[in-house]
Amino acid sequence: MNAEPQMKNRSYDVAALRRDFPILAREVHGKPLVYLDNAASAQKPKPVLDAMMAFVTSEYANVHRGVHYLSGAATERYEEARWCVRRFLNAAHEEEIIFTKGGTEAINLVAASYLGPRIEPGDEIVLSVMEHHSNIVPWHFLRERQGAVLKWVDVSNGGELDPADVARAITEKTKLVAISHMSNVLGTKTDLHEIVRLAHAKGVPVLADGCQGAVHGTVDVQELDVDFYAVTGHKLYGPTGIGALYAKRAHLKTMRPYQGGGEMIREVTRANVTYADAPMRFEAGTPPIVQAVGLAVALDYLDSVGRERIAAHEMELARAATRRLKEMNGISIIGEAKDKGPIVSFEAIGIHAHDLATILDREGVAVRGGHHCAQPLMERFNVAGTARASFGLYNTMEEVDALIAAVGEARKVFG
Amino acid sequence: MDESLRELYQEIILDHSRHPRHFGALATASHVAEGYNPLCGDRVKVYLKVDEDGRIADVSFEGRGCAISVASASLMTEMLKGRKIDDAEALMGGFLRMVKGEDAGGLEGDDRERLEVMAGVSAFPMRVKCATLAWHAMKAALVNEGQARTE
Repeated sequence: MNAEPQMKNRSYDVAALRRDFPILAREVHGKPLVYLDNAASAQKPKPVLDAMMAFVTSEYANVHRGVHYLSGAATERYEEARWCVRRFLNAAHEEEIIFTKGGTEAINLVAASYLGPRIEPGDEIVLSVMEHHSNIVPWHFLRERQGAVLKWVDVSNGGELDPADVARAITEKTKLVAISHMSNVLGTKTDLHEIVRLAHAKGVPVLADGCQGAVHGTVDVQELDVDFYAVTGHKLYGPTGIGALYAKRAHLKTMRPYQGGGEMIREVTRANVTYADAPMRFEAGTPPIVQAVGLAVALDYLDSVGRERIAAHEMELARAATRRLKEMNGISIIGEAKDKGPIVSFEAIGIHAHDLATILDREGVAVRGGHHCAQPLMERFNVAGTARASFGLYNTMEEVDALIAAVGEARKVFG
Repeated sequence: MDESLRELYQEIILDHSRHPRHFGALATASHVAEGYNPLCGDRVKVYLKVDEDGRIADVSFEGRGCAISVASASLMTEMLKGRKIDDAEALMGGFLRMVKGEDAGGLEGDDRERLEVMAGVSAFPMRVKCATLAWHAMKAALVNEGQARTE
């Protein structure tokens, strides 16, 4: 028995929610699956799977171009999904939501369509040392190809990012601030509102990587006043292959097309081409239609459970895991910001993260071990990698027990 | 504990990983190469000194990684020191086949026995690259390629 205090979130029926996720019933290596790799990707609830199956079996066709019945029906579902994402982020206008294949593409789109044309050699991009590679490498492209300069903002030893440090890194040459809303390694929730306020005071737009931030709590892009916000579907309990970029309407007209192809044009002649307005302007080719339908249902699912209630449940688990890991010998937690999400990175002294993850796996406990696509952060904390337990809406306190027991097993192996 | 885990993390492997043999740079090296696994960020550098008659007179490695990759590198240095290059290459080929769970032809008698402690890794497909990293680096060093990657 664990000694955790009783759930405060009493009406949160995690057992009922778990029944919505068929995969959670399976075993791994003969042990019940304890899935704690939600920051990498979340499992899919049955309503999402059912909706996609129903759509492809009864309403599927390509969107936006046919005049036949099914094309109209599919287009409607696809555009409904855009409406759902708009509502989920509380964007003001539908056209501000551009579907992409994921968070990575959303950020690459900003690099290619918004920032690229604005960069002169020596122009600066400000980013934090805890960014995921997807919010680093697109800016490295602009460094390599156009002479942009990356300015790195450090975090504290506890993993906090001080908005004043971000503001101090901004100069008259800064063209963009690119900051994670929540670190995928440290769990740190950044004070995006304050960062945006300070950056805007200096006339600099802000892109937020919301791939983790949008999963744990509500997001209001209007209240944040952020210029760009990137999300990915598969971490939001939706399918892979779809994500979205929120781009403020004021920027849309100044952004050049991204990929060229069908759907994104107004007219093509042999001599010339003119482009569609946003969001179509940025969605060349047949979009991820089935995935959009699935994503819309996933977002509805999160709202029907209640995003703040989910976040409260997840944090209760993460806090218990953190406390109990710290009680063990030779475990250090990496990332103890005051305001953080349910992502717990830790190091077991003398046990490499991959050895730890292998041993946990044999206990049925799925965690991520390694650099988590955040190598500059690993360098900052001088670790080769960490083990990371990340909690989702369906995890339980018994699964925290299983994690702690499995880490204990690893300790036994390594003595 | 799981039997395959016990096999993977047997005492001799843990001992090599805690107390790696021939660890550190080799000032007199004639061949050097680096191995890098971009998947986990593990890095290993291998050094060897080949004398005039094609014998590995000395060998060492440095780097950091998981227990499997460090133990495998350490064991490799023990196995290769003093060997003729032809013989070393046959041994390396046999080892690489063994950890992938293939027929370890080329490994005979005592060699096979000493390397078999690593055979358990074949039950962990996600970890085979850890065991082979230093060996690939060593192969690259012998042909003076200087770089090896496993991914």
